[in-house]
Amino acid sequence: MDSTSAIYYGLKDAEIDFIVGVPCVNLTKLLELINDDEDIEYVPVTREEEGIGICAGAYMGGKKTAILMQNSGLGNCINALKSLTELYQFPLVMIISHRGTEGELICGQIPMGKSTPNILKSIDFPFFIPNNPKTAYNYIKGSWQLSENEGKPVSILLKISYW
Amino acid sequence: MQRKDAIKSIMNSIKDEFIICNIGFPARELYDIADRDKNFYMIGSMGLVSSIGLGIALTKPNKKIVIIDGDGSFLMNLGSVITTYVQNPKNLTWIVINNQVYGSTGNQDTYAKYLNIKEIAKAVGFVHVYNYDDINLRKVIDDNNLNFIEYNVSAGNSDAPIININPIEIKKRFMKALEE
Repeated sequence: MDSTSAIYYGLKDAEIDFIVGVPCVNLTKLLELINDDEDIEYVPVTREEEGIGICAGAYMGGKKTAILMQNSGLGNCINALKSLTELYQFPLVMIISHRGTEGELICGQIPMGKSTPNILKSIDFPFFIPNNPKTAYNYIKGSWQLSENEGKPVSILLKISYW
Repeated sequence: MQRKDAIKSIMNSIKDEFIICNIGFPARELYDIADRDKNFYMIGSMGLVSSIGLGIALTKPNKKIVIIDGDGSFLMNLGSVITTYVQNPKNLTWIVINNQVYGSTGNQDTYAKYLNIKEIAKAVGFVHVYNYDDINLRKVIDDNNLNFIEYNVSAGNSDAPIININPIEIKKRFMKALEE
């Protein structure tokens, strides 16, 4: 399984069927697979925070939801994740392209990249940093169930070396 | 007319629609006027009431969804007008109660007094855009369109109580009603 397929099949086996997102270059192939999948509804959003609201509504409408984004987008939706997702215990899977990690070429990505794991720790949300496709698949496959059990969003951080 | 009277007027036209209601006094006032399982009171996450409503409308196409938004919240999540227009759910009526202030925080001015909110929606592409005072809300909801309605009122809050239901219970009873 390649790095993208592992995420896609992890989401499929977690029975995720509603995804919102803002692209990252590292998510390009994954977005193509999701767009081609008739069993997954994909809604592009203008800003990640908006997507957190849409996922809350889609969950109440019976869907299993995920958001795809860059770690910069995590910063854009912190309040929504606490004051909506956690407050009402909406399950949510967050597939996050973790830029600003080792190998990053764009200096603008470094400050948020360095702080991303600490942000997730400080807001007390479970997260995983897989090093290879097999572990990514396993974490993602179990992520929806974990999110339901914890009553919190579950994040998968995909650093540059993962791809 | 202030916001609470506006919500009373809206509720006079509501039958079995699902209502997603804005944070702060709007949700408290709706709770005071007509608490029902089909009300989702958004009590955190200012700005996101329209996004929550969009998510429900897209996934429950056979249910009618009504969003009660405000001018300050509408301006906080302006991207939602774009996503909602492009997604175009025909079962969604989005009402922006415009009192030109951040009511729940003490009636500080929003930028709404310099803007025409209906023209913003029209410029994005919304076709069914109305002034509340010019329409019969019941008839508009029954039209099966994506509707955008501006409801102009004066500033002012009522003495509606804090919502005495915990968020998880709000969610559970709303989801149960959506399934029926």
